[in-house]
Amino acid sequence: MFLRRLLSRIATTLVTLLGVAVIVFAVIRIVPGDPVAMMLPPGATEADIARLQAFYGLDKSIPEQFFIWLGGVVQGDFGTSITTRQPVLGLVLSRLPATLELSVMALVIAVALGGTMALIGTRQRYTRTEGAIDVANGMALSVPDFLWGLVLILLFGVLWPVFTISGRVSPNLVPEFTTSFFLFESVVRLRFDLWLDLVQHMLMPALALAIPLAAIIGQLLKQSLKETMHLDYVTLARTKGYSENHVILREALRNAVLPTLTLIGVQFTFLIGGTVIIERLFSYEGLGNMAIDAVINRDLPLIQGIVLLFALLFTLVNLVVDLLYAVLNPRLRHA
Amino acid sequence: MSYLRIRDLSVVLRGTRHRLLRGVSLDVGATEVMGLVGESGAGKSMIGKAVLGILPRSAKIVSGSIELDGVDLLTLPPRQRRHVIGQKAALIPQDPLTALNPARRIEPQITDRLVDILGWDRARARTRAAEILHDVHIPQPERVLRAYPHELSGGMRQRVLIASAFAAEPRLIVADEPTTALDVTVQKQILKLIFEMQARHGTALLFVTHDLGVVSKICQRLTVLYGGLVMEEAEVGAFFDAPAHPYSRALLAATPRHTDPTADLTPVPEAVIAEARRAVAEADLRWHS
Repeated sequence: MFLRRLLSRIATTLVTLLGVAVIVFAVIRIVPGDPVAMMLPPGATEADIARLQAFYGLDKSIPEQFFIWLGGVVQGDFGTSITTRQPVLGLVLSRLPATLELSVMALVIAVALGGTMALIGTRQRYTRTEGAIDVANGMALSVPDFLWGLVLILLFGVLWPVFTISGRVSPNLVPEFTTSFFLFESVVRLRFDLWLDLVQHMLMPALALAIPLAAIIGQLLKQSLKETMHLDYVTLARTKGYSENHVILREALRNAVLPTLTLIGVQFTFLIGGTVIIERLFSYEGLGNMAIDAVINRDLPLIQGIVLLFALLFTLVNLVVDLLYAVLNPRLRHA
Repeated sequence: MSYLRIRDLSVVLRGTRHRLLRGVSLDVGATEVMGLVGESGAGKSMIGKAVLGILPRSAKIVSGSIELDGVDLLTLPPRQRRHVIGQKAALIPQDPLTALNPARRIEPQITDRLVDILGWDRARARTRAAEILHDVHIPQPERVLRAYPHELSGGMRQRVLIASAFAAEPRLIVADEPTTALDVTVQKQILKLIFEMQARHGTALLFVTHDLGVVSKICQRLTVLYGGLVMEEAEVGAFFDAPAHPYSRALLAATPRHTDPTADLTPVPEAVIAEARRAVAEADLRWHS
């Protein structure tokens, strides 16, 4: 049963990815901007242009190009980057860990911040504290992540420079790492000096990504907790002698989390999308930053590779959310 | 000596002077079954909620006392009050379908109070939970302990809730219309079970209902409420022979007879309602002055 569900899930994922590939492939070839023209000096002859176009396969029709590319993809060959002349797969995979670590860090911060706000707001419901939390949430929500990024740079990079607001890690420390998962590696190897340097670089971009998401989580979870607090089983638990905190955490939280979880899944994919601009803002060497360079340079194979990877990430996030949902909701487990 | 002693309890709608309970006094003896009857909105459930400290936010106690085992709950700080209630009283709720936490197994929902409030160790609490499930005639208690609420039928869940209420040996049980949400066929069994458990454990029972028929069978005394005001308080035998208050008489006359289901229902006469309202208005006049 589980296997069948998994297989159908993988099938839908593949169809989604194919659709994404078709659209991206078409769009970046239809919009103006020729990669070959950008590579050649101004005085290049027609013959030079034609030779280079033939070299990259750009002289063929778009459907033809697509099937050649797709044929490579299924064999694990995503083509060669036009600007760096390196295999796309290697380039993309070398940057993926940086973006993953940033996104996950942002998610953890968002859940911690939003969850705390929701719990405090529920504990202090109908008081001024709840009002203050609502106002703070509203403010956090009405400012998009990249503006938070600018605010943070201004505050903690310029006015009170306690954080490093550029890059992923101090350049002289890069040789210390053997994998690309710097943050993860520093924890596993218990190198807290490296960890500290990483966090100093990553905290601000992660926070900028996390603040709007934290506000959404805080608002929705608080709402759902407050509703749950009126339910009969919570009232019954109150008669058993428990404190308010105990009732919230043990009786209400687990049920209230379910609707929030679905939303976190959707919002997390938005957050991953947000990394593109945030990484640029903080000169963070991740996929998003690479994507912007690729678009500027009309590096078609690289754009395709990155977009496809993002699409894969999104579907994976949704899959994880569905699995978590089943774990937390006993009513779904046997269905 | 009464175990639960309520004196002159008044509850208002928060932010107004409108009273929902109008100076209610009530006694329930240590092993007594007290029926609390009245129309919907009469405030019968509210009394039970006030005793257990679960009044909704919109209701506020403004005067009176609720003594449980000689201790006035309303003078205790909230923490201590909760603890005393958790140790000495328990609730059998109205709707078994919503009164169990859907995300938790049955076992912790019974044993939590034993472990956290009474300080038992887990193993002992677990044995006790299985025992008490057996007492409420649940076959295979071990299996039910591991089950989630959605895996049990409505009647089964109400049995679990009754077991959970009696598990910690409370001295007072508040049953808030415990059969209203159940199938007619199950109602009788559940009623029988509640009184079987009450008799075995010798618990005081405050039985909130609108069914005078049930009260006549199982309660020793009853209190009739109208508009948050006590109309009459009497021994059950005396009450059903000759109710003293005109409202009680009318209420009794309005009770459907199981012996003749085709007979027309008798509504409570206008004149009686008017008189009951007058009593309520007089009580308010005295209270506000």
